[in-house]
Amino acid sequence: MNIRGATAIIGAADTAVGKLPGVSATALCAEAALAAVADAGLTLTDIDGLVTCTSMAEPHMYHAQMMAEYLQISPRYCVTASAGGGTTFSVVYQAACAIAAGVCNTVVVSMADSLRTGLSREQAKIMQSSTGHAQFETPYGSTVPGYYALIANAYLHEYGASVEQFAAVAVTARAHAALNPAAEQRIPITVEDVLGSRMIADPLRLLDCSLVSDGGSAIVLTRADRAQDAPNAPVYLLGAGEALSHEHISQAASLTNSAARQSGARAFESAKCAPSDMHFAQVYDCFTPVVLIEMEDLGFCPAGQAGEFFAAGEATLGGSLPVNTHGGLLSHSHPGNPGSMFALTESVQQLRRSAGARQVANAELGLVHAQGGILSSHCSLVLGSANTL
Amino acid sequence: MSNANDKPTPTPNPETQAFWDACNRGELTVQECTACNALQHYPRVRCNTCGANTLSQVPVSGTGTVRSFTINRVPVSAAFAADIPYAVALIELVEGPTMMANVIDCDPEQIHIGMAVSVTFEPRGELKLPQFSPST
Repeated sequence: MNIRGATAIIGAADTAVGKLPGVSATALCAEAALAAVADAGLTLTDIDGLVTCTSMAEPHMYHAQMMAEYLQISPRYCVTASAGGGTTFSVVYQAACAIAAGVCNTVVVSMADSLRTGLSREQAKIMQSSTGHAQFETPYGSTVPGYYALIANAYLHEYGASVEQFAAVAVTARAHAALNPAAEQRIPITVEDVLGSRMIADPLRLLDCSLVSDGGSAIVLTRADRAQDAPNAPVYLLGAGEALSHEHISQAASLTNSAARQSGARAFESAKCAPSDMHFAQVYDCFTPVVLIEMEDLGFCPAGQAGEFFAAGEATLGGSLPVNTHGGLLSHSHPGNPGSMFALTESVQQLRRSAGARQVANAELGLVHAQGGILSSHCSLVLGSANTL
Repeated sequence: MSNANDKPTPTPNPETQAFWDACNRGELTVQECTACNALQHYPRVRCNTCGANTLSQVPVSGTGTVRSFTINRVPVSAAFAADIPYAVALIELVEGPTMMANVIDCDPEQIHIGMAVSVTFEPRGELKLPQFSPST
């Protein structure tokens, strides 16, 4: 199915992020959905598709159906995403396919969780690390940062990269967050600050790790011909690609490259454009070295050279390809599975030219990429303004 | 989800029972395909290489090298708090397959990629869990 330009994002909204003890994960999901629908100039009666993700703090086995009941809507297309960070964009892709196939017209994708205040630190650590294989990984007691640290050490060893280069990713994210009033961590940091933060799982330090947050975010996706009446400029889905290489890190054929190679290539091919055409990229930054591997696998940097790209400031606003312009999971927020939704709503703001102090000049084309598991399942989307159709 | 006060204990299933039975005898095994002789770990019903369903557990030398590792400075749960700092590694067996384990009986700071290690078994619940320590 050719989905290039068949659908457009006409609504986008985030809730507050950070510590939100007074509101449940379910209410956050509803709040994000309602704000995105209002941003699209629609009401709930216009919505015939709903996609959500499961919440760790307030789990429900059939989450999207529960949310439809909560919002009192009866969607024709109702799906719960459950495969981690990469799922966020997979379900946007699948919703676009459903719209293109005539299953429904207008889909809300809304995701929220309360990892910060809805779970204890201990609960959050155990729940997240349960992504490990129950017989062959979790008995060894690794945290999620520990699983990613296996990738980080392999990357340092294979390419002779440096922890200063990892730190440059965190410094870049924070510089962007400093320009974003909605970001959770806005005080600029230096490479020395990152290297001076406490060790979590060698070689990853606290500031190499993403935040643990409460928050929610939602978009409204509709058929392109229905997007013209929206109050804001439509943002078109031009291409998408998914790929998977493994689920458990002990089963990964490579620790230093990923299925982002395939998902990115598929997304660019369907969008009929190349990495060099992008004006910005939002790539999944649960831990700093993941960004380097993704940048290389997506075709933005040669293998082993993404660290130098960040250290040289090329990923900063004003550089050749600004990355994670909202501050990313490292500095904006990371409420778990919903985390990369904020990269999507940020991309919408960039392509509407409404990103304020962090606006990328002349932004017309952008790539968003997310991964889930432990560098396992990947999804890439290419988004563009009306000029790129 | 495991109880925070107890280290997780593997629960064998029909595919993995022979692996854990061998561990309990102090023997490390991987799965061998009787059709194409490929080796794989963890045990499953289908050969990763040729797709055959005729697989058996065969003993391996129990030696390998550290493919990558980390030193956990934060425990995943209270059950691991007394072990801090503890190493988690991917061990590439000399026969080929990779498995996860802790590297024990050494100073974690001395662990490096490429380090030669040998299997040892740690009692865990009703089972013996394969672990690795530096080869002597």
